[in-house]
Amino acid sequence: MMQMSNKTELVRASLAKRYAREKRFRFWGLASIVLSLTFLAILLTTIFMQGWPAFTQTYMKLDVNLSAEALGVDAHAPQDKLRAASYDTVVLNALTTRFPGITERKQKMALKKLVSSSAAYDLQKMVMANPKLIGTQQTVWVMADDDIDTYFKGNIDRTQPEADRRIKDFQLVWLDDLEAKNEIERRFNLPFFTSGDSREPEQAGILSALMGSFYTMLVTMTLAFPIGVAAAIYLEEFAPKNNTLVDFIEVNINNLAAVPSIVFGLLGLAVFIQFFGVPRSTPLVGGLVLTLITLPTIIIASRAALKSVPPSIRQAAYGMGASRVQTVFHHTLPLAMPGILTGTIIGMAHALGETAPLLMIGMVAFIVDIPQGITDPAAILPVQIYLWSDSPERAFTEKTSAAIIVLLFFLVMMNLLAVLLRKRFERRW
Amino acid sequence: MNTSIILLLLLVLAAFSYFFGRKRALAVSNGNRGVNKLHSLPGYYGHLVVVWCLLPSLIALMLWSFFSPTFISQNVISSLPTEIQSTDTTNVNLFMNRVESMAKAGVIDETAEPAQQEAARRYIELQHNSNIIKAVLVFALAGLGIFWAFRKIAPNFRARNQVEKVIVGLMILCASIAIVTTLGIVLSVLFESLRFFQAVPITEFLFGTHWSPQTAIRNDQVGGSGSFGAIPLFAGTLLISVIALAIAVPVGLMSAIYLSEYASKRVRAWVKPALEVLAGIPTVVYGFFAALTVAPFIRTLGESIGLTVASESALAAGLVMGVMIIPFMSSLSDDVINAVPQAMRDGSYGMGATRSETIKQVILPAALPGIVGAFLLAASRAIGETMIVVMAAGLSANLTANPLEAVTTVTVQIVTLLTGDQEFDSPKTLAAFALGLTLFVLTLILNILALRIVRKYREQYE
Repeated sequence: MMQMSNKTELVRASLAKRYAREKRFRFWGLASIVLSLTFLAILLTTIFMQGWPAFTQTYMKLDVNLSAEALGVDAHAPQDKLRAASYDTVVLNALTTRFPGITERKQKMALKKLVSSSAAYDLQKMVMANPKLIGTQQTVWVMADDDIDTYFKGNIDRTQPEADRRIKDFQLVWLDDLEAKNEIERRFNLPFFTSGDSREPEQAGILSALMGSFYTMLVTMTLAFPIGVAAAIYLEEFAPKNNTLVDFIEVNINNLAAVPSIVFGLLGLAVFIQFFGVPRSTPLVGGLVLTLITLPTIIIASRAALKSVPPSIRQAAYGMGASRVQTVFHHTLPLAMPGILTGTIIGMAHALGETAPLLMIGMVAFIVDIPQGITDPAAILPVQIYLWSDSPERAFTEKTSAAIIVLLFFLVMMNLLAVLLRKRFERRW
Repeated sequence: MNTSIILLLLLVLAAFSYFFGRKRALAVSNGNRGVNKLHSLPGYYGHLVVVWCLLPSLIALMLWSFFSPTFISQNVISSLPTEIQSTDTTNVNLFMNRVESMAKAGVIDETAEPAQQEAARRYIELQHNSNIIKAVLVFALAGLGIFWAFRKIAPNFRARNQVEKVIVGLMILCASIAIVTTLGIVLSVLFESLRFFQAVPITEFLFGTHWSPQTAIRNDQVGGSGSFGAIPLFAGTLLISVIALAIAVPVGLMSAIYLSEYASKRVRAWVKPALEVLAGIPTVVYGFFAALTVAPFIRTLGESIGLTVASESALAAGLVMGVMIIPFMSSLSDDVINAVPQAMRDGSYGMGATRSETIKQVILPAALPGIVGAFLLAASRAIGETMIVVMAAGLSANLTANPLEAVTTVTVQIVTLLTGDQEFDSPKTLAAFALGLTLFVLTLILNILALRIVRKYREQYE
């Protein structure tokens, strides 16, 4: 009796300590979750804060005098003469009229670089569409240069010493003047979505990369989905058990799912490009490599979906005299389809964000033109992000974040679709 | 007639042959009333005709398209004047490149050498002939197939079994792609690596401590050979992976424990997908974040307490990579912790243990093999991760254990060696394949080990 109460005493004495330990342990668990989620929040906010301004662009009002003398052509000139007319001079004239009396060479250069080089192209398009404009005075809004844009977005600190600034004091005078007279406007950056890559940050857009990604995904989807589903059906429904070949296939699939993706890039380079002569940098070869990367994901997900269809469905079909193939294609596969589609979409989302293997097969090229098919050279969205993130201009950092936002938008959409599919069609047996 | 038109016509033909086959089956069974005499449903006869129409012709089309360019260029080379044929192979290849590009464009450049023009004309002519033969062959095979299948249609012909055999065969083919892929990886990486090891001894590669793959353009320049000692790369990979795992393993494990043992259902339903978002973010985004936000932050932080931090420190890359691996670690550990039978928990609670004591003394030891498996998979992921290190770690191959210095990794070197414009035969590009081989073998061992451990452990409780 005496001993028992002694033990109870001991336990009671240690209880406070044990509960404290319990609380500490619980706290660490919670802390690690909070830590991960905080990091996620910081990551997303930073990228959104950086990328959001890139969806707008600074435009500048310009009064251009489309005189025949400055352009070097008159209204009756043929199209190719109109194309070659000196629109640069017109833009420069407009700028010098706006800010008269600038003589110093450095300042003249800066004046010229106030507007983007796309201004001349805009004028060219305008005049070629309507040659009657020649000889008239027009007011146009043109894109500002990326430095000016960066300044108006508040990313250049004017209190810094002049030597450290991309915008010098004399430029600030101009910009203040422009702003005071309402000749500066922030507009939605439509060119970002409608043009290809460019060396000039303000003209760089993501359309070529988006189309490249689209074609690449198209190739991946058309190859990976049927092949993956067929392989899954074979392994789950037809493959003999305890067969060496089947076991070997399964081991291979599990391994491929964990092989670093860059190794697939090496495979693509050595086999598809060197051996089969598939053209480099094209969505075709990118899609082929991504097919191999996503196949294991699709196969594993499809097998799980097929496995979750209860055996009674199959047995009922057999009982009605259906063959194995009929059972699978008429009953098991339709019932497993939602699960298979969910797995495929998630696999495709991964493929959309894949970058490293595509660097190996030459998709890092600088692509201005918008690809028209699967055999045109193309960049894809993640690679575009990689390329822009390497550029030193501040404006490109902003563009990179904006491209990331677009990429994340597509990924969220795909995942939402997967979740919806699962919610809508999932069956508990 | 080009390949896509042939394919289109074949598809149209196949669609028609389905209906003909079906009609024929109905006809031989005396129309709809005799349909019960047929062995298979009429549609299967149609499918069989489609199979016979497409299968031989498609195989022929594929083989012809794959081999004909080689045959044509062989033929053109043999018809070249002997003085060109007798020069060395690189010269002939150059000549043929020019010819092929002219033939591909379809216009003969009048300024080119007469021999080239002649060859290009011949090339175009041969190509034209080859295309005609191809079309004739493919459609002849398709027609023959249709005819053959048509002849075989009879009421007691087992069409369904034949069609199903073809379907299963196609599925086996799809499943074998996994083997072909692995084989492709092994062979492509292995062959290039062997060529590399002919130039650089394998011992130097594995044990050398100096890595500078810059080969000079001319042989007589300084540093003409470059040096390929990969130890600094292995050390750099190890350093960054260790940093990443030092973050991912405890945080991921504790998250998994909290989610599976403490969290209420509602918290779990929200937090688990949120953690999985971390796994869904593309690595290029992490790389951008590491290079532009985390690395400068660590640098200023380090400098404020008087440390010199490289702007591309191993710490920044490792830190971000660690966060990337957290959901991987946590979801795998979550699975194994949930697989521990409830009876073991109840037994422990019955003995008066607190929750944390149960976790530490019962659940974790029981789940340990699975957790080790998860750790190995996470390690393999960290070693093979590319974009984060490409963007946030440096290029200089320092042999150091200081996480504040810049190091480079195996994957970074593969990317930098292969993204420039390179000829394919220089040791520089071949070195990338040798690194790829090392990476593949290393991750393969880790994966197999991990899968073994996890599988063995699962069997224990199932």
